[in-house]
Amino acid sequence: MAKSEITRRGALQGLAGATTIPLWARYAQAQSSEPLKLGFQVHRTGIGSAYGRWYDRTTQAAVKLINEGGGINGRPVEIIAEDDGTDPKRGAEVLEKFANQHGCDLGFGTLFSHVVIGSAPRAGELKLPYFVVSEGHHVASGMLNRYTLQPGITDVKSQVIAMAPFVADNLGKKVTMIFPDFAFGHNHLDFFTESIEAQGVEVLEKIAIPPAETSFTKYFPRIPRDTEVVYHVMVGPAVLTFVKELGEFFGPSSPEIFGFIDSLEAVDLASPGLEFLEGTYFWEGMPRYAQADQSEHDTFYRAAVGVDDNGASLSDPADVSTYAHMFGCWETLYIIKDAMEASGYQGPADRPALIEAVEAMTEIPESREHPQGDKLFNGKTHQVFGHQFISKVEDGRMVKLHTTSIEDGLYEDEVDYTAQSF
Amino acid sequence: MEFGPHLLLAVLEGAVTAAVLSLTAVGLSLVFGVMRVVNIAHGEFFMLGAVFAWLMAQWVPGSAALGFFAALVIAPLLVGGLAALADLTILKRIEYDPERTIVATIGLLYIIQQVTLMTYGPDARAVEAPFNQRLALPWVEWGETGLEFYYPWGLSITTYKLAVIGAAGVILMGVWLMMTRTRLGLVMRATQADREMATAFGIPVERVYAVVFGLGAGLAALAAVLIVPIQQAHYLMGADPLLLSFIVVIIGGLGSLPGTILAAAFIGISDGIISVFFSPTLAKILATLLVGLVLVFRPQGLFGTRPA
Amino acid sequence: MSDTARVLSLHLGLIGVLFALHFVLPAYHHGNLARIMVLASYAIGYNILFGYTGLLSLGHALFFAAGMYGMALPIQHLDMNALPALALGLVAGFAVSAGLALLALRTTGVAFMIVTLMFAQAGFLTILYFGDYTRGDEGFVIQQAQRIVAGIDFSNETARYLAAWALFSISLLVCLWVVRHPFGKTLIAIRENEERVRMLGYNTHRLKLGAMILSGVISAAAGAAYGFLFGYAGATFASVQYSILPLLWVLLGGAGTVVGPFVGAVFMFYLIDLSSGLTTAHMLLAGIALVLLTLFAPQGLTGEVRRRYWKTLP
Repeated sequence: MAKSEITRRGALQGLAGATTIPLWARYAQAQSSEPLKLGFQVHRTGIGSAYGRWYDRTTQAAVKLINEGGGINGRPVEIIAEDDGTDPKRGAEVLEKFANQHGCDLGFGTLFSHVVIGSAPRAGELKLPYFVVSEGHHVASGMLNRYTLQPGITDVKSQVIAMAPFVADNLGKKVTMIFPDFAFGHNHLDFFTESIEAQGVEVLEKIAIPPAETSFTKYFPRIPRDTEVVYHVMVGPAVLTFVKELGEFFGPSSPEIFGFIDSLEAVDLASPGLEFLEGTYFWEGMPRYAQADQSEHDTFYRAAVGVDDNGASLSDPADVSTYAHMFGCWETLYIIKDAMEASGYQGPADRPALIEAVEAMTEIPESREHPQGDKLFNGKTHQVFGHQFISKVEDGRMVKLHTTSIEDGLYEDEVDYTAQSF
Repeated sequence: MEFGPHLLLAVLEGAVTAAVLSLTAVGLSLVFGVMRVVNIAHGEFFMLGAVFAWLMAQWVPGSAALGFFAALVIAPLLVGGLAALADLTILKRIEYDPERTIVATIGLLYIIQQVTLMTYGPDARAVEAPFNQRLALPWVEWGETGLEFYYPWGLSITTYKLAVIGAAGVILMGVWLMMTRTRLGLVMRATQADREMATAFGIPVERVYAVVFGLGAGLAALAAVLIVPIQQAHYLMGADPLLLSFIVVIIGGLGSLPGTILAAAFIGISDGIISVFFSPTLAKILATLLVGLVLVFRPQGLFGTRPA
Repeated sequence: MSDTARVLSLHLGLIGVLFALHFVLPAYHHGNLARIMVLASYAIGYNILFGYTGLLSLGHALFFAAGMYGMALPIQHLDMNALPALALGLVAGFAVSAGLALLALRTTGVAFMIVTLMFAQAGFLTILYFGDYTRGDEGFVIQQAQRIVAGIDFSNETARYLAAWALFSISLLVCLWVVRHPFGKTLIAIRENEERVRMLGYNTHRLKLGAMILSGVISAAAGAAYGFLFGYAGATFASVQYSILPLLWVLLGGAGTVVGPFVGAVFMFYLIDLSSGLTTAHMLLAGIALVLLTLFAPQGLTGEVRRRYWKTLP
């Protein structure tokens, strides 16, 4: 098995080398200048719509650049976007539309886990490569199929276990967890409890909040008095209420608070009621505010997508982006480009080769195409691993304190998709 | 937190929920009671109130308080007007047939949600409260010198939340006064009691309906303006209030305004109290089943005057 | 042609046309129709209680989900084979609908609406509560290998379409048979005036119980089929949205008609599908269409046809 992998990898790397031929020759080689059609499954309506908007903008920005650079294999890229309503039933229907009606080469772009899981079976049956930008652990858990990949964004298990050392070393040894009582929250509960207890930290209380809850104060009395760190991952529109009420509950004497920026994506830190967040810590997938050590890649990326140094839209400073997630679309599109070029992708008959080209990827250096940071792709689990960031809110901005190493977020393989047939 | 303070906190929080819920539910009760139709878009009128409150906060210059009080007056009027318009153009034409009204109001729900999404956008936005001071609350315990007050950690309320409870009470009083003391109230109650007789007496029933529909929507919008500084304005926020206000109206009993208010108080506060004893999701399951069972064994609701 | 012959040729004709379409439809619409047929079966189940018996339930998602999870959980956790799992889905649907019927039928009208809604909500929350087994709202995949019965792989488009067609045909014919025979006619009478039926000596409570159980079992069959054919079970299908959808399909297509639910399901599906190709504001178009439809075609599409052209259409 290993031998054929190396041979395959070697062959594909050879092919990759072959794509560094001059532009004119590349166009001449293109068998067809028919556009490549990428089906973009986007949350235009429904609970995911705030993310969908920014996923759309980032996708359009990346595709514009790719096309200006000559497209992929000499062919222009066309995005065909369909709203899935953040609903798993509609998500699966949309994938069918991509495959059977629009004639797309692949599908990509989904964020919410339940939509991914509801759609992935169909992707497998239709033999449609499905590149999700979801952060969910579902891909790496083995639940899905060989056609589903997540090469552009890290998964929640990796994010959570990478946080544990910092929390244990810097914030406190007694943690209370507050999380939404559905799968996303349970992922945090399970993965974080395991890794933080391994650091010698005690989890005092686990408070599961029912979904769609709009007032939280009545749950806070369960927080034990001797809590040193409150770890929370509340998501959804009610987060503003959650933070406000948390602040009101604790008043002047609060423990350390560690949260995930998922709570505040697309939300302005300066919103009324969020003053309580001053001095609290956040996981960030990609630092929203331009930091002192900002890379030229981040500068370029911001300009291309149209966000300023505060992570808000250039045309409307009140329109805050989902900065910690949307880079996943940008990077996924460039992975698709690299894989298509490495495999010499021409059409749907080459889909297995496309997937094998992605599976062959390993180290992905930081670059314009990968501005979030360098990454490591696991071809067997179809999941990419990368750096995570921990920031602190100071004077209304998030200041990056710590960058985790890729190793901090690694865990044992739970599946080997490459052993499955197409 | 010890049991006593925890319970007090749950009761206070429940009172805030009950206050807002009672306003929304009374709005629905009026529509349901007088017009006998199910308005599935009721939650969307609630949402519009919150969104307009945010808009006012943006446009009205000066302090947050000014924007808020402007919203308190203007948002219910705007939303009520919109609802009356919907009644005159759509509901009147379908002759208030119960099933057609359900479909029509579902359509209205989609339209309002989508238009809000296209204009206001998908983000949840906060609105600043006109005043908001944290108040630590005392609790009693047996000390060496007998009953002593102390301030348990975490036991607190904000001045704004107390104001919401007070405001809801005042508004409900106003509604009750309107229903019992004014001519409009009399006309509404007459139409509710017997529509045909009312027409025979020369009451312009269809105009009454438009007023009632608008009033119901306006009350929901008012409730939303009150709650939005505590919560936030989001285009999908109407789903929960719709569900809850229906439950409240049915449990309280059709045709009974005091029943609606009492049911709102019961449901709002019990939701908080049950969460003291059970894990949150389990508490919600139990609360939901409790509501269902109350209706199973008492279909006319707690104070209903006739079977629902 | 006698009326019976006309009725039979319409309904059998519809079944025949749907079968023939299997051979001619392009891949995209073929897949859509498979989905629509399963969902239309759900709507037929709903219609029996709502359109014919006159009881408006807002909790049918409970039955749909009972069937779905009754089938999916044994496959996932007990490694059960597909056929017994599907049977279990039906059993679960029967148990849940019988249980709910015994409680909810003590009420009528709007109280019935709320009671069914409440129990469906409790069901949804229970699915989330037992997330360790059900994986809550995220749901879980039913792998291709598990969806094989008697050597037929139901993830294959042909098998899937034909299975959906079989389910739909059975549901349609059961509904047709019921409404043309005494049981169904008594249900219609109950819808029109329950007091009178009771005075005539019928045990309306037992009849309504039967209607609700039949309705629940068909809905559960649709739920089990949907999970099985499309490989996914998730709490979304137990949410209130999936209780409102069959109501919408039935009202649009024509409540109290046998083919109405199918018409409504097809209409709503393509309304959303086509309008989402035109604009990102497809829900707006759907909303406007609903308002217009209820203004100008109040009996639903099939109901209008019945009112104008074919008074005795069941």
